[in-house]
Amino acid sequence: MEVSTIIAGFGGQGILFAGKVLAEAALLEGREVLWIPSYGPEMRGGTASCTVIIADKLIGSPIVDRADHAVVLNPPSMAKYAPMVAVGGLLVVNTTLIEAEPGRGDIELLEVPCTALAKSAGDDKLVSVVALGALVGRRRFVEPETVHRALAIILGDRHADMITLDTAAFDAGYEAGLEQVIA
Amino acid sequence: MTAAEPITEQEGRTIYRRPLLLSNPTTYCPGCGHGIVHRLLAEVLEELDLGAKTILVGSVGCSVFAYDFLALDSVESPHGRAAAVATGVKRYRPDKVVLTYQGDGDLAAIGTAEIVHAAARGERFTVIFVNNGIYGMTGGQMAPTTLAGQKTTSSPRGRDVQSQGYPLPVTEMLSLLPGVQYAARASVCDPGHVGKAKQAIKRAFEIQLEGKGFSIVEVLSTCPVGWGLTPSESMERLRDTVMTAYPVGTFVDRPRGIAPKLPQPGSPNRSITEGF
Amino acid sequence: MTVVDQPAGARPHLLASPSGTGEVDPPPDRVLMKGNEAIAEAAVAAGCDAYFGYPITPQAELLEWMARRMPEEGRVFVQAESELAAINMALGASAAGARVLVSSSSPGISLMAEAMSYMAGSRLPVVLVNVMRGGPGLGSIGAAQGDYLQATKGHGHGDYKVPVLAPSSISEAIDLVRDSFILAERYRTPVILLADGILGQAMEPVAPTFQRLEKSTPDWILEGAAGRPPRVLKSLHLQPEALEEHDLALQAVYERIAANEQRWAGEQLDDAEIVLVAYGTAARVARTAVERARAEGMPAGLFRPITLWPYPAQALRDAARGARAVLAVEMSAGQMVEDVRLALEGAVPVYHHGRMGGMVPSPDGVVDAMRQAWAMSQESGR
Repeated sequence: MEVSTIIAGFGGQGILFAGKVLAEAALLEGREVLWIPSYGPEMRGGTASCTVIIADKLIGSPIVDRADHAVVLNPPSMAKYAPMVAVGGLLVVNTTLIEAEPGRGDIELLEVPCTALAKSAGDDKLVSVVALGALVGRRRFVEPETVHRALAIILGDRHADMITLDTAAFDAGYEAGLEQVIA
Repeated sequence: MTAAEPITEQEGRTIYRRPLLLSNPTTYCPGCGHGIVHRLLAEVLEELDLGAKTILVGSVGCSVFAYDFLALDSVESPHGRAAAVATGVKRYRPDKVVLTYQGDGDLAAIGTAEIVHAAARGERFTVIFVNNGIYGMTGGQMAPTTLAGQKTTSSPRGRDVQSQGYPLPVTEMLSLLPGVQYAARASVCDPGHVGKAKQAIKRAFEIQLEGKGFSIVEVLSTCPVGWGLTPSESMERLRDTVMTAYPVGTFVDRPRGIAPKLPQPGSPNRSITEGF
Repeated sequence: MTVVDQPAGARPHLLASPSGTGEVDPPPDRVLMKGNEAIAEAAVAAGCDAYFGYPITPQAELLEWMARRMPEEGRVFVQAESELAAINMALGASAAGARVLVSSSSPGISLMAEAMSYMAGSRLPVVLVNVMRGGPGLGSIGAAQGDYLQATKGHGHGDYKVPVLAPSSISEAIDLVRDSFILAERYRTPVILLADGILGQAMEPVAPTFQRLEKSTPDWILEGAAGRPPRVLKSLHLQPEALEEHDLALQAVYERIAANEQRWAGEQLDDAEIVLVAYGTAARVARTAVERARAEGMPAGLFRPITLWPYPAQALRDAARGARAVLAVEMSAGQMVEDVRLALEGAVPVYHHGRMGGMVPSPDGVVDAMRQAWAMSQESGR
């Protein structure tokens, strides 16, 4: 089993953080994992993305050409990554910011107002954590409890005050992912 | 035998003795100042009893063979990089005495970045900078230190400052940096100045031994072959012409309170900022 | 390789912070580390005495890690004014007997070519990490493998070579850092660890206990000529006869390295009729491509050189025996493929698939190239 996830959006949406949480959760479950960010000028301006590959054996290509999951949090990411989702894969779309349709009938679509949910959970910067929750809710490829632990580890002592908020945001997304359609 | 050993009637008096750290006769051209500077260096290290703990960082140019004449553990460095190499040696072995021996092409042209930043970091080694205003090894081409109007094989009509730039006073420039604890310019034009050069070299090593910071002694020297002069004419030119353009003296000796006056952050120095 | 092993014990700074919820997790078997940071920590653990560097993407985290860790250990860290200065500081520290690490990325590595030649000529050990990016020139900051020829064919001027080790995962990079120091000291030579931007930037799980490396005091280092004749470390031998003798001695060292230090790994080669040859990140892409090809019924295998110099030529010949085609996969216009052709001497048709400039071959792209190579080798009558 090898599962690849691309998370993409604006810089400042917590993209790399959400990817790290997912990678840490995989590690806690004793799996092989590889996390790779977009780096350099890109991360200092516009868009950011990261890829997380989770497997039960040695991981091959760090370059994903058929993503099992893509989480897109802004319109440019939708345009770039929707075509890269593998047939039968899942596309999580942040409907608060994205109006466009992916234009594909061969993938599963999960539309979640991630930014709005993040705002009601307390901070719209938590948008990536909400999206991660939705992804895990729909495709339970890691356990939600492990993600809770991973959140605490990644936030660490320095940001321990954020653990409650981040956990709530993840849970809000998770609930949304469990249900079929959220308007 | 050491200098302090008593002299008996049978042995006679020692008038001249080769310093122990001067291992082989030098092969420099007649009238070249390198031999004098080598000797001064050997005398100073012997007098301070430092020979057994000193590491020499060589350079490229006529001085490339310094390790053949000085009985010191030595490492070669690429052209201009001696100050970086010495940084590596001294950082790893702060208990050792480290010096670079560099000419003006090496230090003041290709090695400017390395010397400036070693000085800025206040690296605790000593630089012996032998300045004869020319590339001697490669056949007498113009160096950054070549005087205005001076003829060389690459400035055949004399250095034209409008197209070839002005001589570079490296030691004065380095004197502005707080990491530089000692900076002096000396000359080998006559016995009196040779004695002062030795004092300056000795002071530089004392500064290093105190662990205070960067020390540099620029020694104005000759290149009779490159200058197209006899050895004695070269010494005269050094005294009458070169030393006018490059004044000798101590620019910085911070432990003794000698330092250029510079504006301090937050308190502008009127003499420099006047007019703004 | 025979090496002296000594576990360093748990390194608390590597462990993830406790949860902050009052529960204390047992120390994990593995922790997530970035490639650049793992390489740096592996060097610290291996007893690196001195590090010199200069900021450049995509290896800056390596410098930053050393800026924190080396002073913590009471060791030497200097951020130099240039890559030129950094490698020359390494030259000095190495001459004084330090175990030295220097790192940079492609443009900075070019600046280091001069001193690498001097260090090879003066027989000074150093480990140089190149986290390769796209070129030529300033190129891009994306991952690339365009420095293969530079690394394996000499880098600077003159007749010399240096061992080049190419990890394809972060765990392997950790092991190869230590092995690089072993080779550097065993043969008194610079060693290049050839990584790329993806290996530097990615995070993977690694065991938090790194291996230490014993160190001896060689009889050539500079510490002042006390009670012995002075030592001179130099590459200058002005008499041609003397230099040739020195060069022959260097060549003899290279022959010993070539005879004793070749390393490679093979995957699914037993029945492989098409053999992919790739190193580093490209080898991981190739691994996925091999799986996809086999799923389609194409009997593919992967030969992965770990030492790029010395190139494991005989091992590749053995691996390719009976194969119909060999396909080199690189993040370059085709550099390692020259060594593949030299190794196989025309015994098997050799093809190349490469991407450049920070673009990385995709697994499907490699599978397409395999199909083409397969078809061409059929046409050529094999």
